[in-house]
Amino acid sequence: MIQYIIRRIGALLLVLLGSTFLIYNLTAISGDPLEDLRLSTEPNAQILLQQAIEKLQLDIPPPVRYFNWLMGILGLGGAGASFGLTVEGSAVIDIIGLAIPITIRLVIISTILSIVIGISIGIISALRQYSRFDYSITFIAFLFFSLPIFWVAVLLKQFAAIEFNNFLYDPVIAPNWMFGFAFVGAFIFASIVGGEKKRFFITLAGAFALNFAILSYISATGWLLTPSLGPVMISVMALGVAFGITQLSTGISNRRVLIISLALAALTPVFYFVMQPVFSETFEGSMMWLLAIATLGVGFVVGYAFGGDDKGPAARTGMIVAFLSAGLIVLDRFMQSWDDYYNNEWIFGRPIATVGDSKPDIAGDFWIMGVDAFSHLLLPTAALMLVSVAGYVRYSRASLLEVLNQDYIRTARAKGLTERTVIMRHAFRNSLIPLTTIMAFDFAGLLGGAIITEQVFAWRGMGTLFNTGLAKFDLNLVMAVVLITSISALVFNLIADLVYSALDPRIRVTK
Amino acid sequence: MNLDNEAKGSEDSLEQRETAGLSQGQIVLRRFVRHRAAMISLCVLVFIILFVFTAGGLALGSNENPIRIMGWWQWDFTDLPPLQGVMGEPTLDVFPEFIDGTGMQIGMHPFGQDSIGQDYFSLVIRGAQQSITVMFIIGAVAAFLGTVMGALAGFFGKWVDQLIMRFVDLIITIPTLIIGAVIGIQIGNLGVFFLALFLGLVSWTGLSRLVRGEFLTLREREFVDAARVAGASNLRIIFKHILPNAIGVVIVSVTLLMSGAILLETALSYLGFGVVAPDTSLGALISTNQDAFTVYPWLFWWPGLFIVTIALCINFIGDGLRDAFDPRQKRRISRKDRLSAKLAKKKS
Repeated sequence: MIQYIIRRIGALLLVLLGSTFLIYNLTAISGDPLEDLRLSTEPNAQILLQQAIEKLQLDIPPPVRYFNWLMGILGLGGAGASFGLTVEGSAVIDIIGLAIPITIRLVIISTILSIVIGISIGIISALRQYSRFDYSITFIAFLFFSLPIFWVAVLLKQFAAIEFNNFLYDPVIAPNWMFGFAFVGAFIFASIVGGEKKRFFITLAGAFALNFAILSYISATGWLLTPSLGPVMISVMALGVAFGITQLSTGISNRRVLIISLALAALTPVFYFVMQPVFSETFEGSMMWLLAIATLGVGFVVGYAFGGDDKGPAARTGMIVAFLSAGLIVLDRFMQSWDDYYNNEWIFGRPIATVGDSKPDIAGDFWIMGVDAFSHLLLPTAALMLVSVAGYVRYSRASLLEVLNQDYIRTARAKGLTERTVIMRHAFRNSLIPLTTIMAFDFAGLLGGAIITEQVFAWRGMGTLFNTGLAKFDLNLVMAVVLITSISALVFNLIADLVYSALDPRIRVTK
Repeated sequence: MNLDNEAKGSEDSLEQRETAGLSQGQIVLRRFVRHRAAMISLCVLVFIILFVFTAGGLALGSNENPIRIMGWWQWDFTDLPPLQGVMGEPTLDVFPEFIDGTGMQIGMHPFGQDSIGQDYFSLVIRGAQQSITVMFIIGAVAAFLGTVMGALAGFFGKWVDQLIMRFVDLIITIPTLIIGAVIGIQIGNLGVFFLALFLGLVSWTGLSRLVRGEFLTLREREFVDAARVAGASNLRIIFKHILPNAIGVVIVSVTLLMSGAILLETALSYLGFGVVAPDTSLGALISTNQDAFTVYPWLFWWPGLFIVTIALCINFIGDGLRDAFDPRQKRRISRKDRLSAKLAKKKS
């Protein structure tokens, strides 16, 4: 195993050498980085030109310069590891260092969200194969696949930011829109639930009435300007979470686990009041990690202690329920800061941002900054998600259908297991195995960033660096981005292979 | 349960009855024709291709000495007609008179005019021509290279396989958009043909991996041994015996590759690393006009709609082909089939 990994890393380095050499020379011969300077009429242009040529070693032919650059990266150039200088003369490593966190913030949330949402929709779609829901999802997935992201991004800017901000001046939902939203939402829900015609229409009517009531409430109370959940809503939602998670993990029929998760959910309003003073304006963001771990710990301990014969599943369910319920409390706290953010003097009453990664002038507590990050992340994340969710829907649907046709699923059904156990334990887990490869590829793209999305929304991340670098033929800048992306692609590829062989014992890596 | 068995039985027999005496190609064709979404997409795509190439005419030759063959549309994408109306709104109107007053008409500039007065219809048509050309060239180059390279690697194995697959790794390591941008910035000004050719030279890698995989399993089959015993040469075995069995994989992934190609080209042109002025492409049109969305929305909608329609059609055709080539794909028994089967049973 170790030998295999070492061999793979060796091959990986060779491939890296080849690809960087290729891109280095292609970029180097594509244009002159000093064109502006050459055409300049400044009196000292000649001297500047000389200095730039010397600093960037432009008098050396590209193939040779590549090895100088490589020595610099490896720290063999004398002055420690260095990514070289940009055309303007600043160190590339500083610029990259600033860009990486911005890119990761942008891409990681959309990747995780699209994995979760995409797989959930794909699985429902597979379980309702050839239903109305399935056909609609297939069509929508193909449509999203075919959307150019820069086009969607501009549409989102127009309708989800500019028009929505206009709407927020007077957040009253017109009756026809309310009717439309409520109906579409109810229709989707009823299609997921499925069943015979009668049941379908009953679900449809019920969901429609509920949606309509919620929307009327939102519209009438101006909820969008002063949103909050409040202890009552949080309790109801936590109980819903408890029921849902228990149903998925062990089934409602397992009374012991159900009681544990309902008890945890019932604790939520208590914690709501306990946490309000803690979540003050002086709250430190780093405390959040401790709280998250503590919450998971409580869920685990309660589940494990009272789990009886099912300690493992009970602890697992307890952790998820506790975490999600606590998440509701945190969400509510962020919502309470929305009003402050909206009335901030720098926002001008237009909270959803169309450009940039943060408002530089805003200073505030942890909560305000959180809302600021949210309002800037919303549109780019949505644009990125539209495309990748479609991919996950298609792959997870195909993968689950493939698994459901296997003999061991028939065996599981034949020995009388409940449908829930067959789907969640036997089918779902196995259907995730092929998806690991695709997830690894997606994560590999994280560092490279979303070149187009960053450009459209003016985020100063890796993608924008690459764009400006290439447009100015700034070799060292381009190469730094290429190097980081290539390394992450190769490393994640290796991880994917290893994980794959660990998950599926039929595949041996040492072959 | 009984009903289920009956349906299953009739399903099998229906399948067998329908495919009896047909060649593999005919079966695939039949299945494809039956895939409604794919057939509609194919018709739409063919219509779009004919429409844009006849309307806009052909612009051949280089930028310096162009050769033009005029299409049936009155304006050329380089013309500068005077601005009509207040700001060159679209004159296209698809609603009859009793709905909105002006009545159904195409008018002088159906998609409007851009900020300097160029006819937007001819610009969009030209952009669509470019995107379709790029798509087909990338598809053709990648299909050819990917198949040949994958076949050689999979069939011969050993050092040939090592060499080709390491090269594939090398290209796959670099994200497509990055390598495309580096190519585009050098080749973009040479015209769309060369741009597509060079993009094709780096797009075949994924396909070659798939073809190699197919060859690895197929070369161990008995019919390959039989052919070899009968004295067939390596080339004959590759192209006459193995490749026809792997053709499904090739066709399906080439279609998907083509829908990726059109999005790649538009993205590159959008970033300014693809087709450059004075020529235009759908991505470049969106890039130039995105800031004017509130004032001139039509400048933004039309090129986007063309990209989405073309890519969507290709994706559906690919889906239809995948279903058609998949031997495990069973035909869905529609209610009509069940009814007719029941009727036939009653009669007998």
